[in-house]
Amino acid sequence: MKLKMNPLITVNNLKVYFPVHGGLLRRVVDYIKAVDDVSFAIRQGETVGLVGESGSGKSTIGKSIVQLVTVSGGEIAYDGVTVSGLHGGDFLPYRKRIQMIFHDPYNSLNPRMTVEQIIGEPLDIHFKKMPKPRRRARIGELLELVGLQKSHADRYPHEFSGGQRQRIGIARALAVEPEFIICDEPVSALDVSVQAQIVNLLQDLQQRLGLTYLFISHDLAVVEHLCDYILVLNEGKIVEHGEPEQIYQSPKHPYTRKLLAAVPRLCL
Amino acid sequence: MHPLLTVNNLSIRFQDGNLAVDDISFAVADGEAVAVVGESGSGKSVTALSLTRLLPAPPACTVSGGIVWRGKDLLAADHAAIRRARGKEIAYIFQEPSTSLNPVFSIGYQIAEAIKLHRPEIKDVNAEIARVLELVGIRNAGQRQRDYPHQFSGGMQQRAMIAMALACRPKLLVADEPTTALDVTIQAQIIGLLRELQQQTGMSVLLITHNFGIVSGFADRVIVMFRGKIVEAGATREVLRNPQHPYTRALIDCIPQLGQNKERLTTIDYSKILDSR
Repeated sequence: MKLKMNPLITVNNLKVYFPVHGGLLRRVVDYIKAVDDVSFAIRQGETVGLVGESGSGKSTIGKSIVQLVTVSGGEIAYDGVTVSGLHGGDFLPYRKRIQMIFHDPYNSLNPRMTVEQIIGEPLDIHFKKMPKPRRRARIGELLELVGLQKSHADRYPHEFSGGQRQRIGIARALAVEPEFIICDEPVSALDVSVQAQIVNLLQDLQQRLGLTYLFISHDLAVVEHLCDYILVLNEGKIVEHGEPEQIYQSPKHPYTRKLLAAVPRLCL
Repeated sequence: MHPLLTVNNLSIRFQDGNLAVDDISFAVADGEAVAVVGESGSGKSVTALSLTRLLPAPPACTVSGGIVWRGKDLLAADHAAIRRARGKEIAYIFQEPSTSLNPVFSIGYQIAEAIKLHRPEIKDVNAEIARVLELVGIRNAGQRQRDYPHQFSGGMQQRAMIAMALACRPKLLVADEPTTALDVTIQAQIIGLLRELQQQTGMSVLLITHNFGIVSGFADRVIVMFRGKIVEAGATREVLRNPQHPYTRALIDCIPQLGQNKERLTTIDYSKILDSR
């Protein structure tokens, strides 16, 4: 384990503003402040939860780290290097180390590609020189790692259930041996019983591969279970942060209390 | 009390031989809230769709048994009778509000469609639309009814769907996973709203869900389905407190609870459940 104390990723005063166009000439008349002055840090091997309702900006934060949205201000540093200003090829090595798992396993896999093509795509980008047999073997390994079978490689996404598809999405993220994975609501589209399987899988993978997670979710119960540290986001701002017990036992902000109250309880 | 809906020995088989629902029977009384709980593929949605014959016609899908709605067998009824019950007496809310609503028509137009078809006696349709939208908690309903679905948030879209279902004053509301596509906070609001509306209007509700968490405090009775069969049925409190079937227990156990501090979440061990049968 290297430098466990130093943060793997640091986000400082991150701002993401989306322009609102109006008037006859479609000039920029206003901005939507999706992420407004957000700062946090994640240490290696840690899981940090980002909680908030839809529209609170939590997905935008995840996307801005991998440059899927343009950052309006602030700085993102990965492993001590500022990555927020890097473009194209300069960012590519970091893009290999940071991967993403998406919300909806039905829409995040291309229905016309086989599982082998889906998982192989990041390998084609980041491991251009990997020989064909090695590539095939690696895909088999990855499928087994996420609890599927080697023989699944030639099938298409529609042949799998929601939980299995999410496993394929996880295998794709793991293909290029990342250090840091942004999980953007990976379990919200799944049944509760399948949700438990995927959460357990993510925990197992973290222990085996020493992964660092940013876990984005609207469900405080899952986040409390999985995370070492929680950030509560509302309207683009972090309104509360702390350890799970602290957030759960003594929530300070009314918004956190509202989120806690919404978690379904089995009143027996 | 006379049951509003009685389902007798219902079986649903698809063309590929897949028996989606296997000989189930249950009843819903007037004004009662019943929840059907099960995982994807347990046959709960197919059961809901079969109530008003929304499934494909044979040979694609064969439905056998009896669905008795206020004394009439809907499976044997003619097309006109089904049309009267569908939407008017038995209304539906589906899982994904964004795909249930037509994106090219305004919210008001889509609600008006239901009102004009099922309640032709209403003269001032716009006022009625505003009334039902206000009923489901949409502020400024007179103006918002001119909005298109994309201008509504997910929670508001689901409210609009509920308004559409309620516009015809149904006797039974079938809510098929109404909150699965929504945030937990919105989920709490929608479930609260459904409970409130049920008490106000006295209609019956058949709630279909995979999450035991939203059942408690909402439904009077629970039906648990596993692979096309009913494995357990009873009063909600009883089932939650003292589940008889291992599948019910497994479904309850896998829900993450706040402040539980478990190392791992419990998953369902299917081999154990199948063994115990």
